Amino acid sequence: MLFKDVVVILFMLGGLFLFATATFGLLRLPDFYARLHATGKADTLGALWALIGLAVYHGFSLTSAKILFIAVFMFLAQPTATHAISRAAFRCGVQPWTCEDAVLLKDDVVEQGGAK
Amino acid sequence: MTQFFLIIGVGMCVLVLLCLYRATYGPTILNRAAGISAIGTKTLIILLLMGVIYDRIDMFIDISMVYALLNFLGTVVLAKYLERSGEV
Repeated sequence: MLFKDVVVILFMLGGLFLFATATFGLLRLPDFYARLHATGKADTLGALWALIGLAVYHGFSLTSAKILFIAVFMFLAQPTATHAISRAAFRCGVQPWTCEDAVLLKDDVVEQGGAK
Repeated sequence: MTQFFLIIGVGMCVLVLLCLYRATYGPTILNRAAGISAIGTKTLIILLLMGVIYDRIDMFIDISMVYALLNFLGTVVLAKYLERSGEV
């Protein structure tokens, strides 16, 4: 197995792990801002790692230049989209999830220093 | 190496199906928009993996570039529309 293949496998597995983290955050976190916090960062970095892995696999060519262009565009566009949609939610009056909401679910939170 | 890319693609498809839960049953339209944005990012990587597997990466890379642009524009336009209409 070549050294290049090892680098590609490491980058692609790291990208898949970050995508899985973003997906479970999107499914399991309690409110909209927390879900956006998970997808906005982990999804961006996962796409970046997967694209860098594919660019390394193709070597020095026009294809890998295009893949790196997509990576730079994702790195600019994904935080912009996340910011736009979270600002829309804030202006529409979506309230963030706080400690009081946690107390309703579980009384232990206050005893563990969750008082605000 | 093709088999490795195939395994990664299958993993991405499973993650897309998990994201589809949030895009379908999300409590408000904002949650659905976040789920659809996450699905679009994963679809971009799946398109590139399909290009590698079919050995036609020079064709699939342009499709994936357009998909990245459309995903970004769709999310921003939906956010602007919801911000202006003022209801979630």
